[in-house]
Amino acid sequence: MILAVAIKQVPNLTDDLEISADGTGLDYDALTYVLNEFDEQALEEAVLVKEAAGGSVTVVGIDTTGELDGALHTALAKGADRAMKVTGDFDRDLGSEGQAQLLAEAIRPLAADLLLTGVQAADDRDGQIGPRLAALLGWPYVGVVTHVTPEPGCVRVHKEYAGGLLAEFVVTLPAVIGVQASHQPPRYAPVSKIRQIAKTAQIESVAGQGTPASSSSVRRMFKPEAAGQAEMWAGEPEEVAGKIATLLTAKGLLKL
Amino acid sequence: MSNDILILAEHLNGKLADITNEMAGQARQLAGALGGQAVAVLLGSGAQALAESIGSDRVLYIDDPALAEFNPEAYARVLAAVVAQRQPRVVMLANSSVGMDLAAGLAVTTGLPLIAYVNALSAEDGRIVATSQIYGGKILAEAVPAGEACLVTCLAGAFRPEAGRAAAAVERIASPAPLDGLKVQFVRLIEPEAGDVDITQQALLVSIGRGIGGAENIELAQELAEALGTVVSASRPVTDAGWLPKTRQVGKSGLTVKPKVYLAFGISGAPEHLEGMRGAELIVAVNTDPKAPIFDVAHYGATCDILDLLPALTERVKSDT
Repeated sequence: MILAVAIKQVPNLTDDLEISADGTGLDYDALTYVLNEFDEQALEEAVLVKEAAGGSVTVVGIDTTGELDGALHTALAKGADRAMKVTGDFDRDLGSEGQAQLLAEAIRPLAADLLLTGVQAADDRDGQIGPRLAALLGWPYVGVVTHVTPEPGCVRVHKEYAGGLLAEFVVTLPAVIGVQASHQPPRYAPVSKIRQIAKTAQIESVAGQGTPASSSSVRRMFKPEAAGQAEMWAGEPEEVAGKIATLLTAKGLLKL
Repeated sequence: MSNDILILAEHLNGKLADITNEMAGQARQLAGALGGQAVAVLLGSGAQALAESIGSDRVLYIDDPALAEFNPEAYARVLAAVVAQRQPRVVMLANSSVGMDLAAGLAVTTGLPLIAYVNALSAEDGRIVATSQIYGGKILAEAVPAGEACLVTCLAGAFRPEAGRAAAAVERIASPAPLDGLKVQFVRLIEPEAGDVDITQQALLVSIGRGIGGAENIELAQELAEALGTVVSASRPVTDAGWLPKTRQVGKSGLTVKPKVYLAFGISGAPEHLEGMRGAELIVAVNTDPKAPIFDVAHYGATCDILDLLPALTERVKSDT
C-alpha cells in the first residue's frame, strides 16, 4: 500500500503568542514551531498500517517556516520511507486553504492509496486540511479516526464521536483519513537516530506553484480578555495544598 | 443569493445534539439582521420528530434510508446540492466530529470561504463577521469572507440555545443528490467500553494534563486520588500518549463530567477540554502558565509546579484524615 502523510508545523503553544504590529496576525518571528500533534498521530498510524500491510510511507509538508527539515528527519526516524517538502515564498500564516492546494499538487503524482493527516491543527482558522485535500483529489474523507485497519482495496476505520462513542466505516481506496489518535501511542525516535538520518537523508523538494490567496481575511487578531474568574493563590506548594484541603473539607469531600 | 442562514442539524442515536439549537438561536438573530430566515437542514431517516424539535424558522428534512446514520460522503453530497439550490448567505455547521468531516470539503466543492472554530458571528452593515478561537483558545481572530456568503463551523457552548420554541415548519423532501455508489460505508456504532472506572460518577476528580510531563509521573496523581478516595481523569494529550486509558478522558472527544470539585492539574484548558468540565460545581486549576485559559473557568487557581504540589497535597490529605 502506498501511504502518504501530510504534515504541518504549528506555533509552539507553550510559547507566549504575541500579536503582530498591524494587529491582524501573530508576531511570527518570535515563534518557535513544533509538528502539529495530530500529524504525529497520523504518521504513527501510517507506519502501523505499513507494518501490517506492507508498502511505503511518504511524508510531505509545506515549508512555510524554513525549518520543516527537522520534522521530516524525525518522521524518517520514526519509520517513514520518503520525505518531501513543498518550497516557495510562502506567508508564515498560509492557511489550510492554500496549504491544501499546494499539498494536493505535490501528492497527486505519488499515486497514493491512502493519505493520512492530523484531524485538525491549532491554527486551522480556515478549516481542516484533510477534507480540503480529499475534495481537491476527489477522494472520500473520514475524520476523527482512532484506528485504521488495512483490507484489500479499502480500510476499516473507527471514527470517534463525543463521549467515546465510535462509528465503524469501510472506506474504498484511494481515500483521505483525518487521524485523531493512532491506535498505539506514537513511537519515540532517539535524538541520535534523528541526527544520523539528518546527515544522510535526501529530502525531495517540490517547488510550489504560486502562493494561493485566502478566501477570507483576518481583520483583527487579539487575545481573549481573561475572564479573570479564578481567585489566584500565591505561595509554596505546601500552602496551596493546604488551601485545596480546606476547600475539599468545606465541600464535604475530605473527612477530618 | 438569499439572505437565509442554513444550519446543519446534528443528531446521533436518535438524539438532537445540543449545538443544533445553539446554532438555531444564533441563526435566527443573524437572519433577522439580514432579512432572511434561519433554515435548519436535517438529514436522516424516520427522524420527523427530531426535525420538529429544532428552533429555527424552517426545517428542511431530507429523508432517505441512506441517511439513517451519519455518513460523511452522503452528507457532503446532499449538503452541496442544498447549498447550490438555496444559495444561503451563511451555512453553519458544528465544530464537531460531524461538522469537521464536512465543512472544509464543502468549502472546496461550493467555492465558499470557510471560517472555523467560530464563537461569535454577526452582520455589520450587511457584511458577515466571524470570530475564530484558535491556538488552543489563546487567540481570537476576527475575519471577513471575501464574498458575501460563507461557511462557518461553530464551537459548542458559544451561542445561547433556542429553547422552548414552537416546532418550526418542517418541509420533508427526498434527497436532492443521488446516494448510490458511496465509497464510504457505515458499518456499526460501537458503545464506549465499560469497565475500568466511570469518571462521570465521581463527586471529586483529580484531573491531569500535559503538565504531568510523562508516564512516570502519573503515579503522583494516582496516589493523591487514592488518598482522596477518587480516581484520576485526564485531558486528551494524556490519553493519546497512552499514559491513561481513553475511559479517563474529559472533553469533547471524551466524557462530560460534572463533579462537585474538579482539580485540574497541568491542564491548559483548550476549548475541547473546557467543553467537558465547565459544568463542575467548583474548579481548582494549577498550571505554571498564569495565562492558561483554564483560569478563565476555574474558581481558584495557583501557578506552582504540579510535580511539587501533588505529593504535598497527598501528604496533607493523609495527615488530615
